[in-house]
Amino acid sequence: MNGGQDLGGMMGFGPIDPEPDEPVFHARWEQRVFAATLAMGSTGMWNIDMARHARESLHPAHYLTSSYYQIWLAGLTRLLGEMNLVTPEELASGRQIEQPLPVPRVLAAADVDRLMSKGARTSRESRAPARFRQGDRVRGRNMHPPGHTRLPRYLRGRQGEIVALHGAHVFPDSNAHGGGEDPQWLYTVRFTARELWGEDRNASDSVHADLWEPYLEPA
Amino acid sequence: MNHDHDHDHHDHDDATAMSETGLRVKALESLLVEKGYVDPQALDRLIETYEHKVGPRNGARVVARAWADPDYKRWLLADATAAIASFGYAGRQSEHMVALENTPELHNMVVCTLCSCYPWGVLGLPPVWYKSAPYRSRAVLEPRRVLAEFGVVLAEDTQVRVWDSTAELRYLVLPMRPRGTEDWTQERLARLVTRDAMIGTGLPLDPGMVAP
Repeated sequence: MNGGQDLGGMMGFGPIDPEPDEPVFHARWEQRVFAATLAMGSTGMWNIDMARHARESLHPAHYLTSSYYQIWLAGLTRLLGEMNLVTPEELASGRQIEQPLPVPRVLAAADVDRLMSKGARTSRESRAPARFRQGDRVRGRNMHPPGHTRLPRYLRGRQGEIVALHGAHVFPDSNAHGGGEDPQWLYTVRFTARELWGEDRNASDSVHADLWEPYLEPA
Repeated sequence: MNHDHDHDHHDHDDATAMSETGLRVKALESLLVEKGYVDPQALDRLIETYEHKVGPRNGARVVARAWADPDYKRWLLADATAAIASFGYAGRQSEHMVALENTPELHNMVVCTLCSCYPWGVLGLPPVWYKSAPYRSRAVLEPRRVLAEFGVVLAEDTQVRVWDSTAELRYLVLPMRPRGTEDWTQERLARLVTRDAMIGTGLPLDPGMVAP
């Protein structure tokens, strides 16, 4: 979706302003939001693509004026509501009113290390041969889906070159919306800075992005 | 250290100064615990892991070994996931790793314009600036200006390649080994390797700044 998250190429946000010797977390609530998001993610009630979609679905003005953990908090709250795990009344009071729903798993402290070090690979068996080969010229599709996608706006309609194939990976556009993993070929595509931003750019600079086959068409 | 902006959230231990967000989070956590969806000790464990155990020292060891051991470097560039996993660094947000080698002709830098994708297993959690709008919007649009803000000024004929982490591949920049470190141990080399050097927004430290 063309939401507040799709920031590549926007202007006006000012300098980067890194904080020297930045702590990992700036407040206790950030720690708890981070951990609660991971723990709820491991219940199996939603997947990472649904979680990303919940965050990008925030009103753009809200997204752009929130800190990152505020965005995570808003995304988590939204998912909990969508799944009926908590009700608005419960959120307001902080107390249980409705009986809990059964969830597939509850993350125990003893399982944290194993779960985190295992991760969740997204590569899958490919079901069809790859449509593109290394060196092929492609174009980012002109598409504007209302749901989740990982094709940024600044690459749509732009020509690039396939520089690597990565096999099939879980397709976020499907996985975020209950359509299953629908694995699709994943490619790294190089776009020149001039193709993306105009002729005044350095001729040797480029952007590489990892794009699924349905995002691409032959150029 | 000069903090020229207001970090009032540093007062988080003072309950009277607890922010509205802090109160909301506290209420949310109690609710999730009461309903049996989360175990607060699991939350403690997750925080402990990412605050104290996983961080950019992991990646620095990988880079130092690649500098010192040509066979390891070849492995890292060919199959970063396996080469990094040989250190025991694997898992969440590092499932599919790619190492990007900087050379005198080519400088790589990494961004996630759509969210905050970052190789947790080797760098830990990302800094605020990496997740914020200025970096995410500008890294792809004007990487040389962004690099200059980080004090990295490249020759016009050095290629800049920006990697937008749009899928689940996670990128680790392998910076150039500083001159004058030929007889250094890996442990000492690792002290040259900053987090930003592995994102591509910085360079390794000057060897003169690192104690023997």
